[in-house]
Amino acid sequence: MKSFSNTYIFLFSAGLVILVAAILSFVSESLKPYQERNIEIEKKKDILRSVGRAENIGDVPDKNTYIVEEYSRFIQKSMVTNIKGEILEGRDAFMITSNLKAELAKPSDQRELPVFIYTGEDNETRYIIPVRGKGLWGPIWGYISLNDDFTTIYGAVFDHQGETPGLGAEIREEWFQNEFKNKKIFDDSGKFVSIEVVKGGTPDDNPYGVDAISGGTITSKGLQQMMFDCLGAYENFFKANKK
Amino acid sequence: MSEKEPLFSAKNLKLLKEPLNDSNPITVQVLGICSALAVTVQIKPSMVMALSVTIVIGFSNFVISFLRDTIPPRIRIIVQLVVIATLVILVDEILKAFAYEVSKQLSVFVGLIITNCMVMGRLEAFAMANKPWQSLLDGIGNGAGYGLILVIVSFIRELFGSGSIWGWRLIPQSFYDAGYMDNGMVILPPMALIIVGIIIWVQRSRNRKLIEK
Repeated sequence: MKSFSNTYIFLFSAGLVILVAAILSFVSESLKPYQERNIEIEKKKDILRSVGRAENIGDVPDKNTYIVEEYSRFIQKSMVTNIKGEILEGRDAFMITSNLKAELAKPSDQRELPVFIYTGEDNETRYIIPVRGKGLWGPIWGYISLNDDFTTIYGAVFDHQGETPGLGAEIREEWFQNEFKNKKIFDDSGKFVSIEVVKGGTPDDNPYGVDAISGGTITSKGLQQMMFDCLGAYENFFKANKK
Repeated sequence: MSEKEPLFSAKNLKLLKEPLNDSNPITVQVLGICSALAVTVQIKPSMVMALSVTIVIGFSNFVISFLRDTIPPRIRIIVQLVVIATLVILVDEILKAFAYEVSKQLSVFVGLIITNCMVMGRLEAFAMANKPWQSLLDGIGNGAGYGLILVIVSFIRELFGSGSIWGWRLIPQSFYDAGYMDNGMVILPPMALIIVGIIIWVQRSRNRKLIEK
């Protein structure tokens, strides 16, 4: 039986590892533009979905072009604000949204807060706020669209990176996201209350709460915190612009 | 000097055909069950998963077989793991670039191909002791056997659980109006296990060779 010297074993391992690293780096770099484009399209799709657009695109032949067109048709304006509610000029809302993780790491008074403005076919205006937070296993994020009273939620879209399938991952499902429709983030006295995600469920007519996911409590609570923190940062902006 | 065996000789073709029935990785060798349960809710992700697994088993079989005389026994398992992991990462990157929606549906399960016992099982049982071309065929055959079961299970689960095939609605609205409902249980993982059990049952009744004495 051929015996392998230690030198051989080291050289073989080193050679294998270097070759593998080279192949993976090359492939990763080459494919990056395609992957980033997919992520960009997905963001646009989710922003559209939060206002009820791009819902049934199963039959559309070229989905990517369709989404880009719908996006430029309905989301023509965006704004960037800060914790004081001031409008910041010359900022790219979409780019900030693509780097939301870095933005949230900044101290709250330095954070730039993007807002996307949807103008519907009947000229109704809705405002879309990107949110990001922590689930159980990794990040969770989403887009909340508000009516122009900045109080009532029109729609919500959520996504995650690695939550448990069937449990925390259910935040991606329509049944969970539909619960948020017509809920309110400010109470009747004008106080910001966000949305509570209630373990054990809450009555449908509770305007400030939705049912949590059974077996997905940590993800549900993480989502609750995410909405409170992210939407809370816009409080002054909402109050200044409420009609 | 022995004659070089033709690429698709009877013996080589057997490597492709056997895992489809007599030595099916899921129903006979009972490997790779976990992913079979998880991804078979719909046909499309199942097929992408089956294709991914086939590519991984096929090429890792090929590479390891090619290197089999040069791998030091002491680090054999590690080297196999490196090869498998590299291939899985390549498949994952390609899916994220060119089939993004499906890659999100498969999510963690593509990465979990690394842990799929089928892959390392074939490496140890075949590739370490056979020539590259035969190993490639064995890998593809086993991947195809896996894929066959996945497609059968996902066909049943998608049809009865969602009323569609490959995303195309099959059950007409009139059925739903008359009171027909999609079977919610079929979408849950335990049902996949039951369906695999039924397939094993049917297979053994028809294939005498598989019945253990």
